[in-house]
Amino acid sequence: MAGIVSFGAYVPIYRLSREILVQVWGGKGKGEKAVAGADEDSVTLGVEAARDCLKGFDKKKVDALYFATTTAPYKEKQSAAIVAAACDLREDIRAVDVTNSLRSGTVALTMALDAVKSGSAKTALVVVADTRLAPPDTMYESLFGDGAAAFLIGNDDIVVEIEGSSSFAAPFSDYWRLDSDKQIRWWEERLCREEGFVPYMTNAINQAMKAAKVAVKDISKAVISSPDKGMAGDIAKKFKLDPKAQVQDLMFDNIGHTGCAQVPMALVMALQNAKAGNKILAANWADGADALVFKVTDKISKMADRRGVKVYLASKVMLPNYGKYMHFRELMEFEHELFFERRTALAEVWRHRNLYFRFYGVKCGKCGHIIVPAPNTCIYCQADEKNFTEVPLADKRGKLVTYSMDVRTRAIDSPNVLAAVNFHDGGRFFSQMTDRDTEKLKVGLEMELTFRRIHMTQGIYNYFWKCRPVRGE
Amino acid sequence: MRESIKDKVSIIGTGCTKFAERWDADVEDLIKEAVDEALADAGVELKDIQAGWVGTGRGSQQVPMGPPSAIIATSSLQTQYIPFTRVENLCCAGQEAVRAAAFGIASKCYDLVLAIGVEKLKDTGFGGLGEMFPGPWQPIYGAFGTPPGRYAMAATAYFSKYGLSPEEGKRILAEISVKSHYYGARNPKAHLRREITVEEAINAPMICWPLGLYDCCGVTDGASAAVLVPSSDARKYRDDYVNIKAFSIACGPGWLKEDERYDFTYWRETQEGAKAAYAEAGIKDPRKELSLVELHDCFSIAELIACESMFLCPPGGFKEYFTERRAYYHDGEMPVDVSGGLKSFGHPIGASGAREIAECVKQLQGKVEEPSRQIANFELGLAHNQGGHPGRFVPGIAIIGRP
Repeated sequence: MAGIVSFGAYVPIYRLSREILVQVWGGKGKGEKAVAGADEDSVTLGVEAARDCLKGFDKKKVDALYFATTTAPYKEKQSAAIVAAACDLREDIRAVDVTNSLRSGTVALTMALDAVKSGSAKTALVVVADTRLAPPDTMYESLFGDGAAAFLIGNDDIVVEIEGSSSFAAPFSDYWRLDSDKQIRWWEERLCREEGFVPYMTNAINQAMKAAKVAVKDISKAVISSPDKGMAGDIAKKFKLDPKAQVQDLMFDNIGHTGCAQVPMALVMALQNAKAGNKILAANWADGADALVFKVTDKISKMADRRGVKVYLASKVMLPNYGKYMHFRELMEFEHELFFERRTALAEVWRHRNLYFRFYGVKCGKCGHIIVPAPNTCIYCQADEKNFTEVPLADKRGKLVTYSMDVRTRAIDSPNVLAAVNFHDGGRFFSQMTDRDTEKLKVGLEMELTFRRIHMTQGIYNYFWKCRPVRGE
Repeated sequence: MRESIKDKVSIIGTGCTKFAERWDADVEDLIKEAVDEALADAGVELKDIQAGWVGTGRGSQQVPMGPPSAIIATSSLQTQYIPFTRVENLCCAGQEAVRAAAFGIASKCYDLVLAIGVEKLKDTGFGGLGEMFPGPWQPIYGAFGTPPGRYAMAATAYFSKYGLSPEEGKRILAEISVKSHYYGARNPKAHLRREITVEEAINAPMICWPLGLYDCCGVTDGASAAVLVPSSDARKYRDDYVNIKAFSIACGPGWLKEDERYDFTYWRETQEGAKAAYAEAGIKDPRKELSLVELHDCFSIAELIACESMFLCPPGGFKEYFTERRAYYHDGEMPVDVSGGLKSFGHPIGASGAREIAECVKQLQGKVEEPSRQIANFELGLAHNQGGHPGRFVPGIAIIGRP
């Protein structure tokens, strides 16, 4: 029987206090929202969540990848293929982008479950990430946050069983973006609430609970999507769910609405707090509705080492002001691209794809040293490259050997931190450091790796690995 | 049978432009200015020059300085169909031009040649050098690596290895820059001619932690030139000619920053280059035998580490030699960069190597423009450059001295 065999999540390290938005625009606001860094996008967020989810699993056993987002970096060019390479999955997999709807996350989850149920894939990875923008000085600017979640679907050692599900489609318009829009448009929320959200969610939940043969009292947590802070409450009230005990917090106050990742991330949070036997309802609204009823098995105890939402939520750096936020989310035209336009050779990126996407180095068969990037002669013993074997290094950790903090580059997140990291079991990575609190850097810090957008050249997003101080420890 | 270059080639004239932000000059103007002075100093005419080499570090990059060839020099000078070659080895380019010219003489193919180093940096429209040269994985691997970004890693590493607090470390670096500015202020052709205080240096705007504004050399336009002849002919031109004693180019394998053993606190390439140059010149104890070291102090930390890597003090011993023994001042036991160095004289990349040699020549001839920084009893001078960045250097060392 197909079910969830692992899960993971990701919250970017940066948070914007809503007090800053109040200072800039007036109005009211409390708490904070998660903000993707200048080198992050939905692809890199998704890779983080996927890596959290795949911890302890054989990546090479994944047969299919479903990547859900409404904020793909490219309009034409698949995101899932980038996520798959960065997660070091096999090339002979089915990679799918599930896009355009805020329901894409739960749609991708059901597609993956169907693939595993049908036997076309034994193991399928679902990755959901979003980085939506709303116009400045709107409620939605304050409301939206960035984040990602991931689920591994398989047949064995199931952590979460699926007891019932339902799906509805409706040509309803509440939030949308045109092909050319960076920021969302919307219609009055009263129409959404009364004609779309409440009736479709009600139908979807009823149908899924009937299929699963569960009653409201059996539900330990209900994850109910909500376009704004209040709307989910209507459903809770309608189904007489206890708002404190039974309704999962959607984390508006500390992350914000993460688009199509809202329900998946809240589901991960619910699972991180769940016990064996718990039943969880997830209901997702947009262009119709999805509802799923889950049952947590005793394998949940094996998930204790996921960072999930919980750990990433606790690890944070506050953005000092609105200007930094504008830089990070490219809300204005800035100076950094004025001079010295960079160029990219796609042929070169392709030749070295195992370095850039998978972060492979080599191990010299003569002297045993690990080297990255791969030279064509051993830099330690000068043995020829025919003695090398490729080694994946993306999961390695190491110590910070030295660093510098450069305020004269065109890095959006100035200062640019250059770092040298020695991996614990061999190898040196000369890299950019990201997600760092510059006040806390010191030689010897424990470092890990993260897949990021390095820069954009000639309309090409160039991805590669960076180091960062280990998060959440 | 391999022979040494020692005492085979002599320098009979040197020239150097005013180093500055030369808004008034094209690259061709700079070349002409330096060459005119060198020819006049040598007492020869351009028409007698048989071959030339011109070194530029970045001429083929986004710096607007014309086509990347020696034609920049021949079109400036209007030499008539003689051999002229552009050489490039990053910051060693100027020294490479002198080296190539010397080998031209030593080969006995020519007996009067010209070497030029030149760089025009200030026409780019931005400060600094920008992000540096592409290796095979640029512009993604190593992206955003600026010269200060890369050298500052050495400062962080040095402080950490030798237990210096950031405050202690920055104070030592500040004292180096104060020395550079002191001598730059006493050098009419230097770019930065204002003395500074330790406090000014420590409190200067940050460029790249831990390096502040005064830890970084000037980004400068300039050119320098030298006229070379066989040593057997040199006395025909002047009595106070100077002989080349050694050249070394210890080009590194380029992967030290990916080598887990490398800690960024020494320049391995410069160590190897110094050993080779000392051996060729017959120098046993550089601290006792060298009269002056003009070294590659593109940053204050570069001077500190180059001193240690050329064995002018033991590893970690810079503070003792510099701040306590005051060894590296013009009247100290081992003068270093008393021209003001790259730091204060300025660093037009391809010009610096030739300029350092010219400085040693003038010191040896007792013709330093301002006598207060003249070194007494000058015998041997060393000019050191290194192109690249920590872990990936090509260093050039030239030693010149009395015949």
